[in-house]
Amino acid sequence: MSFVLVQVIVGGLLLGAVYALFSSGLTLVWGMMNIVNFAHGDFVMLGMYVAYVVYTLMGGGPLLGAPLAVLVLATLGVVVYFGLIRDIMKGPMLAQILGTFGLALLLRYSVFWWFGADFKSLPQNIVGGTYAVAGLRLEASRLLAGVVALLVTLGLHLLLTRTSLGSKMLAVAEDATAAQLMGIRPDTMQAIAWAIAAGATGLAGALIANFFYIVPTVGETLGIVAFVTVSLGGFGSVPGALVAGLLIGVIESLSGFLIGAVYKDIVVYILFLFFLWFRPQGLMGKV
Amino acid sequence: MEAGRSPKLPSLKNLVGETLWEVWFMALKLTTRLLCAAAMTVVLAAGAQAEDKVVKIGVILPMSGSTASIGAHAKAALEVATDIINNAHPELDKLPLAKNAGLAGLGGAKVEIVIADNQGSPATGQNQALRLITEEKVVAILGAYQSGITLTSSAIAEKYGIPYLTPESVAANLTERGFKWFFRTTPIAPDFVRIYDEFLTDMKAAGAKTDTIALVHDNTEYGTSVANTITKGFKEKGRTGVIDVAYAVNATDLQAQVLQLKEKKPDVVLMISYTSDAILFAKTMQSLDYKPPMLLADDAGYSDPSFIKAVGKLSQGVFNRSSWAVGPAGSPSAVIADMYKKKSGEEMEDTVGREMQGFFVLVDAIDRAGSTDPAKIQAALKATDLKPEQLIMGYKGVKFDEKGQNVLASAYIIQLQDGENYVSVWPKGNAEKAPVMPYKGW
Repeated sequence: MSFVLVQVIVGGLLLGAVYALFSSGLTLVWGMMNIVNFAHGDFVMLGMYVAYVVYTLMGGGPLLGAPLAVLVLATLGVVVYFGLIRDIMKGPMLAQILGTFGLALLLRYSVFWWFGADFKSLPQNIVGGTYAVAGLRLEASRLLAGVVALLVTLGLHLLLTRTSLGSKMLAVAEDATAAQLMGIRPDTMQAIAWAIAAGATGLAGALIANFFYIVPTVGETLGIVAFVTVSLGGFGSVPGALVAGLLIGVIESLSGFLIGAVYKDIVVYILFLFFLWFRPQGLMGKV
Repeated sequence: MEAGRSPKLPSLKNLVGETLWEVWFMALKLTTRLLCAAAMTVVLAAGAQAEDKVVKIGVILPMSGSTASIGAHAKAALEVATDIINNAHPELDKLPLAKNAGLAGLGGAKVEIVIADNQGSPATGQNQALRLITEEKVVAILGAYQSGITLTSSAIAEKYGIPYLTPESVAANLTERGFKWFFRTTPIAPDFVRIYDEFLTDMKAAGAKTDTIALVHDNTEYGTSVANTITKGFKEKGRTGVIDVAYAVNATDLQAQVLQLKEKKPDVVLMISYTSDAILFAKTMQSLDYKPPMLLADDAGYSDPSFIKAVGKLSQGVFNRSSWAVGPAGSPSAVIADMYKKKSGEEMEDTVGREMQGFFVLVDAIDRAGSTDPAKIQAALKATDLKPEQLIMGYKGVKFDEKGQNVLASAYIIQLQDGENYVSVWPKGNAEKAPVMPYKGW
C-alpha cells in the first residue's frame, strides 16, 4: 500500500471522528423523543461562533471556547425545549418538521444579521500546529476533535446505560406515561436530554472551528452529513453514529482520492442506500 | 416509541391537531395576503407620484446562502454607483453619468435599484427575475453573480423582452444561446485562456517551470465551464500537461484533493473556486504541507476580502486574475475605491468593481436611449462604445458583439505579496511590482 494511501485513510478516520462528534446530539434527540432536529447543523454553527467570539474578544483558544460553547448551547437547548419542542411534540409530524426548520432559519439569519455574511476563520495553528509522525501529517486540531469525539461517545453511552439518570431518560423514551407513574418527570428528563444533546453539538462546533471556516450557512454544509451519519448508524444509537461517522469518513476520503472528489458523494450515497436496503434500521439501531 | 402514538391510525388528538393547524395556516395565509395587498396599495400610490422621475433597475444577487458575502459587498458597490449617478460628482467627470445629478437623457430622472435575493439557487433566481419584471416593473435587470443562476434568470428576461446585463458571470455558454436581450461586460473563459497563456509564457521566459498544470475546480456551472474552456484552449496552444482535479462545491473536506496534487506534483496549480472552498483549500494545504511552485487563482473566491482576512497569511504569493487596479491618486478608480471603502469598510476588489462597471454600462445605455422602453434600451446597449478612460475597470473598452459579449474585456494578473493586499504584477505595462516566485504559502 502506498504511503499516501495511509495518509488518506488516517485523514478519513479523523474526519469520520468529527462527523461522529457532531452527529451524537442529533441521534440522542431522536432516540429520546422521536424528533428530527432540522436546526442541528445550525447548533454546530452557533458552537463555532462561540469559539470565534471567545477568540476575538478574549484571545482564548479551545480550552476556554469549548466549555463556553457547551454551556451556551446547553442553555439554548433547554430554552428551545421549553419554548418550542415541548409543544410541537404533541402536534403532527409536519409541525415538528416546520418547527425545527423554522428554528434553523431563525438561528442562521440572526447570526447573519449580527455577524454579517463574511467568512471568518480562527488562526490556523490555534491548537498547536501539525505533527509529522513517521512521515504522516497529523493536525493537532483534528486530533483533538477526534479524541474528544471518542470520549463524548463513550461518555454518552455510559450515561445512558450505566447511570440512574440514563435509565430514567430511557424510561421516558420508552413510555412517558408509565415513567410518569413511576415518579419520573418526563419534562425534566427531556429537557436534560436537550441540554446534553445541544451541549455536545456546541462542543463539536467549537472544535471544528479550529480547522474549518465559519459562516452563518455552514450548518447547511455540515447538517446533511450529520443526517446521513445518524441514519447509517441507526437513529437513536450513539455508538452507531461513531461507527457510521468513521465509515463515511474513510469511504469519502478513499473514493475522493482514488476515483475523484466529484464522485465521492455518489459512492457514499450508493453504499448508503444499498446498506439501508438490507438493514433499514441502520448499523446499530433498533426497529 | 411513545405510547400515545400509533403508527398506523392517526388518533383523534392528531386529527384535531391537524385540523387546527390547517385553520391556523389558512388564517395566516389570508392575513399575509391582506397585508401584502395593503402594502402594495401604499407602494403603488407612492410610486405613481414619482413615476416619471425614477428609473427602476432590478438586481439579482446572492444575499443569503454560502456566497452571501459577495452579495453584501456588491450591494454596497451598487449603492456607491447609484450615488455617483444620482448626485453631481464633477471630480469624476471622465465617467459618463457622474458629472450631473440624475440621467440627463431622461430629464434628470433618478435611478433606483431593487435588489432581489437569489439564495444561491437557480430556481429562486428565476422566480426573482419574474417578480422583478412583472411586479416591480423594472426596466432592466443586472445579475446574478453565479453563472448557473444567470443562466436561468436571464431566460425569463429574454421571454419578457427586458434587457439583462451580467457584469460578472463568466460561464461561456451564457452568450451562446442566441439571446437578443442578454449582454455581458466581464472578460470570459476564452479571455482567461489568452491571459493565462501569455502570463505563463512570460513566467517561463523568466525561469519558472510551467509544463504541467493542474486545474482544480468545483462542479458548478462556473467551475466546470471555465475548466473545460481552459483545458481546450490550452490544448490548442500546445499546453498538453493539464491535470483535472474536480470536487463537489461547498466541500466538508479537501484532504484527498490536496494529497492528489501532492502526489502528481504539477508545476502550476490553477484554482477555480468560490470562497468557502478556497478557504478550506488554503487551510488543508498548510496542514498537509503542500506548496505548488506556482498557485494561480481564477478570481472568484480568491478576490473575496473575507478570503484574505481568513487565510491571506497562509496564501502568500498566490497569483490572481483581476480587472481592477486602484490607479494613481485622483484617478476615477482611486476616488471610487475611497467611496467604496467608506461605504463598506472593505477594500475595493475585482468582483465588486466588475459589478459596478456593468451597472454603469447599463445605466449609460438607458441614459442614451432617453427612454425606459426596453427596445430602445436594447438598441442603445448594442450601440455601446466606451473607451478605456471612461471606465473604472482595466478593460480595453466596452463594445458588444452580436452575441452580447464585450469584445474589449480584459484582465491583469495580481499577486498577494504583503499579507493583506493584492498588487498588480502583470502585464508589465500595468505592474506595480515584479512577480515573486516561487509560491510562499505561510
